[in-house]
Order: sequence, then C-alpha cells, then structure tokens
Amino acid sequence: MFPFVFEWGWDAGRLIFMGLLYLVLGVISLGLLYAFVKTWLQLRSPRRK
Amino acid sequence: MDLALIPNGVQRCSLKVFVPWMLLWLVILAGGLLSAFLCFYKGLNQTNMNHHFAFGLWIVFDLSLIALGAGAFFSGFLTHIIGEVFIYPYVEDLKAIINAAVVIGFICYSAAIAMLGVDIGQPLRGWFIFWHANVHSMLTEVSFCITAYLGVLTIEYLPLILSNRKLNEIRELNIFGSNLHHAMALFAAAGTFLSFFHQGSLGGLFGVLFARPFAFREGFSIWPWTFFLFILSSIAAGPSFTLLCVWIAQKVTGKELVKRSVFTLLAKISGWLLATYVILKILDTISWAYGVVPRAGLSFMDFYEGPYGVWLIVAEIGIFGIIPAIILITPRLRERNDLLIVGALMNITGIVLNRFVFTIQTLAIPVMPFGKFMSYFPTWQEWGIAMGAVGYGILVFSLSYRYLPLFPQEAELNPIRVLGKAVTDSGIVKRG
Repeated sequence: MFPFVFEWGWDAGRLIFMGLLYLVLGVISLGLLYAFVKTWLQLRSPRRK
Repeated sequence: MDLALIPNGVQRCSLKVFVPWMLLWLVILAGGLLSAFLCFYKGLNQTNMNHHFAFGLWIVFDLSLIALGAGAFFSGFLTHIIGEVFIYPYVEDLKAIINAAVVIGFICYSAAIAMLGVDIGQPLRGWFIFWHANVHSMLTEVSFCITAYLGVLTIEYLPLILSNRKLNEIRELNIFGSNLHHAMALFAAAGTFLSFFHQGSLGGLFGVLFARPFAFREGFSIWPWTFFLFILSSIAAGPSFTLLCVWIAQKVTGKELVKRSVFTLLAKISGWLLATYVILKILDTISWAYGVVPRAGLSFMDFYEGPYGVWLIVAEIGIFGIIPAIILITPRLRERNDLLIVGALMNITGIVLNRFVFTIQTLAIPVMPFGKFMSYFPTWQEWGIAMGAVGYGILVFSLSYRYLPLFPQEAELNPIRVLGKAVTDSGIVKRG
C-alpha cells in the first residue's frame, strides 16, 4: 500500500492502481476539508452570528 | 416522548407501535450477532463452506447487496453530476428519492462489509488486504473500492443525519451539514468512480478464472466481459431496489411518500438499462457457448447438472430478465402499480440469481475430468448472519424514516390538519 511496505515495487501496476486510489481518496479528503474550513470561516464570521 | 425529534410537517406512528416494530428486527439482528459470535468463537466450521465452496451464502448476499445498493451511486450520478445539464426535467423527481437511495446504499454496503468481516474468519487480520495489497487482484480492487465507497456513503448520509430537527438547531452542525451538501457533487463523482470499478471488478473476479470455463470470459484489454455486465446489471437493479424499498415503506406507513412520477422515472431508468443488459447478456452467453466452452473441450450441458440445471439460465435471463425488461420499458405496463412492483421485483430477483450462479454454480462444477458436481446448502448460522443483515437494514431505514426528512415530498403529499387547518410543524402537535 505504501512505498515503505516491503512488497512495494516501482512498477506500472502499482503506480496506476495505487495512484488512482490515492487520487480518489485525495478528492474525498479535499471535499471534507472544504466543508470543515468553510464551516470554520462561517462560524468566525460575525455576519452569521 | 420523541415528538421533538420528528421532522417538521410530517406525522409518525406512536412509540407504542414503533417500539414493537423495532423489537421484531432487533431480535433478527440479535440472531445474526449470535451466529457471528459462533463463527468467531468456534470457527468457520459453523458453516457449510469447504474446499470446494470457498464462497457461500455470504458472498452471494454481499454481491447482491452491492448490486442492489448501486441505486445510491447511480442516483447520485444522475442527480448531482449530469442532472442539472442533461436530464434537468427529471431532477426534481430524482431529488425526491436521493436521500432514500443514499440510506439504502449505506445499509447495503455496511451490511456487506460486516458480513465480509465474518467471512474472512479472522477480521483482526482484515487490514492485510490493504497493507499488503496485491495490485493484480480484482479482489484487492474490490476491497479498496467498497471500503472507500462506504466512506463516501457515510459522508453523503451525514448531511441527512445533521438535518434532524434537534441536531439542526446546533449552529455548528447546521452549517457543517449545509457545507457538506454543497460539496456533494464532488463526493458523488468520487462515489461514481469507485462504484464503477468495484461493481465491474466483482464481475471481473469471475471472468478471469481461466481454469473455470463456466465463469471465464474474453473481453476488452484487461477486463473480461463480465466486468461490464456486472456494472450494467447493478445500475439496472439499483433503481428497482430503491423503488421497491420506497413502495414497501409506503405500504408499511400507509402514506404516499413520493409522487407517482418518481416511481415511473425509476422504472424507466431501470427498464432501459435492464433491456440493454439482457441483450448483452444473451450475446455474451451465446459467444461463451460457442467460444469458451468448445475450446475447453466441453459441451454446454456439462455445466448444468443436479440442483444447478438449465432451469437456472432460463430463470435468470428469460423469466427474470426479459419479462421485467418488457414490463419496465413499456409505458402502458409500468403505469399499472401491480405490474410496476412485479417488474421491479423480478428485475431484482434476476440480478440476485445472476450473482448466485456466478458464486455458487461456478464452484459446483468440477474442474477435473474425474471430479463430480458438488452442491451446497448454508447452515442456520450462515442464514442467521444473512438475515441479521436484513434486520439491521430495516432498523436503520426505520430510524432514518422516523427521525430524518427522508422524503422531501412527504409533507406536501400528506398535509396534517388540526381543526381543519393544515399545519407544518407537526412535531410539536400533541396527537390524540
């Protein structure tokens, strides 16, 4: 799963498979981050109070 | 007692009715937990799985639940990704169903993963598949995608949970839920990507079994035809399952929860996808019968014996494939409520049968000339866990229906009248 796990090899299969997985996980994390940050900013904003 | 939690504008049964209903499903869930305990404590000898049947009832259930849960990703894709641009006249109908589809999807995937936790025998080592990933295995791809997709479904479920009447009063949660909702297209896109690949890989898993000619298929690039057929069959069955669940909810609650046009839309989507799937499945079966089978030195009838006779293929493609496709794509037929439900139910049955055939029949057929046809029947512990998943699903759906605004059209379709006047804040109205 990670380059530091002993089976890891820098081959096309791993790069494509794991690359796509991390891309999707990155997109999901970005969505969550957007929601958290926007919530934090809106809570700090005096207009919403 | 729980009136303050009930969504505005809708009415729910009293706790005197709701609690016994929940107890019934809790007992079934408890049966599942007991079966799971026995499997963990005594081992997988509690099942009828063996060296021939490494996959059993749980995998049939898993594959079926994952196919039927596809209504969530496909409805999300239609609503959030292409809805506003390509199919905007239907978006309102899709929005009426999307919450229910997400809850059903969440139930299906969480139940499937819980069952897999028992199936692998030692769930404490379940993380091995992630850590020591075999990137050439379809099963690894499935494991990664269903786990990640359950995460996406949880995120999609969260705004609905946070819109509960009491939780919504907490400002932080209200804003967070609203912001999550704004980012929903992003999650829907991730969910579509993950679902596309894991639904396909579940089919690919069987299609690459070169040593088992019954399942083996040629295909495109690294993907056998079963990869594409599994995707198509899941998006054909998913909307039908959503339709059926909502219809059952309507019957149980005695209320109209969505407009009839919503059912018609789901039936139309399901019907045309099923018709396409059935045509491709027939072509696939013919090409398999005249290609893979003779090349393996076998004949068509070598694969159908004992309890797994030719009736299975007739039932899967003919009775539960062609007939529901005709019912669901014919406007005159799908407008009749009885036929609509029969069509959806037959569609689902056909897809479940397909998953059964690929899982069980593939393993029942001998792979050596001296081998013999095997048969498998699950133990009560296996049934117990499968039924436990059903009990869990009904519990979660019932709780969601009672306390969350699951159906946006419900209040409009079932106005509450107090002293002749329609009220919108039914949660605080003292009934009786």
